[in-house]
Amino acid sequence: MIEKKYDVVVIGAGPAGIAAAVKSRKLGLNTVIIENRDILGGIPLQCIHPGFGIHYFGVDLTGCEFIQRLIDEMSKNVVDYVLNGYVYSIDIYSYNEKLVTVVTPKGIYRIEAKTIIYTAGARERHLFELNIFGDRPDGIYTAGEAQTLMDLYGVLPGKDIVIIGSGDVGLIMARRFALEGANVRAVIEIMPYPGGLMRNVVQCLKDFNIPLYLGHSVIEIIGRNRVEAVKVAKVDENLKLIKGTEFILPCDTVVIAAGLIPNIDLLEKVGVAVDPRSRGPIVNEYLETSIPGIFAAGNALVINDLVDYAAEQGELAAEGAKTFIDNNGIPTKDWIKIDVGRNIRFIVPHYVSGERDVIVYSRVQRPESNIYFSINSFRIKMFNVRPAEMIRIKIPRKIFSEIHSSRIIAEVTPI
Amino acid sequence: MNRFKVAIVGAGIIGASIARVLSMYENFDVVLIDKELDVGWGASKANTSIIHPCHEEDPEKYPLRAKLCVEGNKIWKEWSRELDIPAKWPGELMVFHNSDEEKEVRKYIWFATKNGVPGVRIVYRDELQSFEQNINPDAIGALYAPSAGTLSPFEAVIAIVENGVDNGVKLLVDTNVLSVKIRNNVVVGVETSGGFIEADIVINAAGLYADYISHTAGVAKDFWIKPRRGEYIVFDEDVDIKPVKILHTTPTPLTKGVYAITTVHGNLMIGPTAEDLPIDAKENKATSENGYSYLIKEGEKLLKRLPPLSKVIRRFAGLRPEPPNGDWLIDVYIDPWGFINVAGIRSPGLTAAPAIAKYVLDLMVRRYEINLVKKKSWNCYRVGIKSIRNLNIYEADKLIERNPGYGKVICYCKIVTEAEINEAIDRIMKIGARPTIDGIKFRTTACFGKCQGSFCRWEIALILSKKLGIPLHKLIVKKCNYGIGDIKVLLRGEK
Repeated sequence: MIEKKYDVVVIGAGPAGIAAAVKSRKLGLNTVIIENRDILGGIPLQCIHPGFGIHYFGVDLTGCEFIQRLIDEMSKNVVDYVLNGYVYSIDIYSYNEKLVTVVTPKGIYRIEAKTIIYTAGARERHLFELNIFGDRPDGIYTAGEAQTLMDLYGVLPGKDIVIIGSGDVGLIMARRFALEGANVRAVIEIMPYPGGLMRNVVQCLKDFNIPLYLGHSVIEIIGRNRVEAVKVAKVDENLKLIKGTEFILPCDTVVIAAGLIPNIDLLEKVGVAVDPRSRGPIVNEYLETSIPGIFAAGNALVINDLVDYAAEQGELAAEGAKTFIDNNGIPTKDWIKIDVGRNIRFIVPHYVSGERDVIVYSRVQRPESNIYFSINSFRIKMFNVRPAEMIRIKIPRKIFSEIHSSRIIAEVTPI
Repeated sequence: MNRFKVAIVGAGIIGASIARVLSMYENFDVVLIDKELDVGWGASKANTSIIHPCHEEDPEKYPLRAKLCVEGNKIWKEWSRELDIPAKWPGELMVFHNSDEEKEVRKYIWFATKNGVPGVRIVYRDELQSFEQNINPDAIGALYAPSAGTLSPFEAVIAIVENGVDNGVKLLVDTNVLSVKIRNNVVVGVETSGGFIEADIVINAAGLYADYISHTAGVAKDFWIKPRRGEYIVFDEDVDIKPVKILHTTPTPLTKGVYAITTVHGNLMIGPTAEDLPIDAKENKATSENGYSYLIKEGEKLLKRLPPLSKVIRRFAGLRPEPPNGDWLIDVYIDPWGFINVAGIRSPGLTAAPAIAKYVLDLMVRRYEINLVKKKSWNCYRVGIKSIRNLNIYEADKLIERNPGYGKVICYCKIVTEAEINEAIDRIMKIGARPTIDGIKFRTTACFGKCQGSFCRWEIALILSKKLGIPLHKLIVKKCNYGIGDIKVLLRGEK
């Protein structure tokens, strides 16, 4: 049993976690970061494609390059870390004392922490969370698994591939498969619009002549030993399958890229309140969850489309931890709750104080053109909003400080 | 090498149980043959996992089924302890919602009395609610059968085979038995995809394919097995509706009823459906939307509410070998001498398996006039793979000190460590099965959790690849390779 004491325990050494740990150190906090793999970095390690870092480092990097920069920052700032560490439990002793129990090959760590920054990322939705029936043969992968096999270990999962889901992960995987010589038969998207960034639809599908079936759903997998085909059908506006539109797409591999879910099991176990819309924890502007001293950032907080935002949230959470420690808890405030209005799927953070500027992260429910995105008196004109593209806006302090109500509404309205 | 006293066709729960019972005696050296790469991958892998009390077996219509079911229920308590098989005995409630169902349920009291099943009684609404807090409050009562249990059926087969091999049984996997060879009305062996295997006695426990095997021996030519498909849904461990007792809807003339149970691994499972397939659909384990919605409806009938469907982590289907008229075909033949059928073992086959094994031995001894000689060295015990999941942190810390592999968690959902995965691989090799990713999964429960292996399947594959010294893409998941090849070789022609 190894016993330790820290100001900040960061759980998960991906972009959000490393950014949080570095920032915590810079703020003078005694910090440790815990990673369950045998290497720091998280998911960007397997992202050999570009599109990382334009906002955070001001330069377009691959995932690997991006994370290496953060890891270099970490070594410079001498942050303690534990690899191969599986966080077995979090115990809440009091509002400013927590015990983190970690299983590692060196033994069990019991770490006393004033604050926790939870950055454990997301998990992928899998076959059984989708309405797909039929056989369960070999040749079905989640996108992350396929990416790991291909981009870390040089293994081609299959030759004739159907990808379910046109989120960024699905689109990028389509291109990666095409580049490695596989035949991507189709990307199937149940919604009437693509799930990923427009730039990815063009660069990953159009440039490689990969067909995208919008408003279609894979309803059945066929195959005795290995995948042999999928059955696809059109869906109506209620996502109900239209009879008579079924067709068969032969393939040997199905890759499921049907979205990510914040990986917050551990937080749920300690009773953190969860927003059913974002599926992540409910947080205030310090990114503090409903349990004092537990902060969340990155995809464990909200599914981001840019790694830059995940890293930014990590820093915000570290600042939150600093405030918490300096004040022996985040001071009591008359919080203003941001409610979800017209065409808003979610908005994070959920509570603001009006004492400082706040970066909000939001997604819309459906695509819309020529709109205002507004929060109370704050209003910004946008040409296009799409569920795939997260809206990130810094809202000046005075917008909230002028408010006398304890609830305000974020909404999208036509111009 | 290829000469044995007894060849058992099929390493499912029936074949494995028979092998274990025969391994107690000097008289038999046994080869257990299976067409799959591992044991228990047929009907034994995908079923409701219930050890039935035997109050549902009609003693007049199916006397053998009734007798062996009651006996099997008793023997499983012994076997599950000797072999360290995850099992529990919470009892069963057959729930009724109206007076017609109540009338139906009363029939089983009579069966229970006739079959000698202990403690069966009706529990009415007032008592029922506190007896099982997760039950649907609309239920007006239930038939309680306290001797019902549940165990992990695939782990049971693995445990029994490990113990059998420990006691001298030889396992041959990836070996398809093509026919039973008979000379002058006497069995001489089996022709297989891996060559001829000489044996004096051939026991047909081939599950769904037992009809074909029997026909090649010239026996029971009009006996055909129909696959009966049963679909199931499994919820995540963390749902708040997990019945303590085994819940069961009242069977109707149309359906056998649906169960809602908390499995030994802690998941709420609902199933099965019952759908008869054509005789040749012996591999059709597809799930369907109809089956899914039916199970949801029946689950709602049993439980006070169903957990959100977003908590469903797995849907699967299994095939039960349904014999004509529901009759098991268990026979030891004189013509041809040496051929034994243990075929069409439909429900309650899992429950009865150990009793069937003993019954088959008994028939063999009498028909073939065998003087049994007990092995002096027979070991009744087998210990399961040690897991840190069930230890407290002090015990876990000690274990990690001895073997750091127990400190490297690979499957986050079920907390399965590298040491456990390595041990699973060692055990697969020890019994002579082929190491596969699925084989590891069924031995350790890695990939059994909410992420269904999306975090850890490739990590398991890496461990297996390193241990076997074969490249990642050549590993077998269930039946096929994990990948089609190395990109450098495929695309760039590099060596």
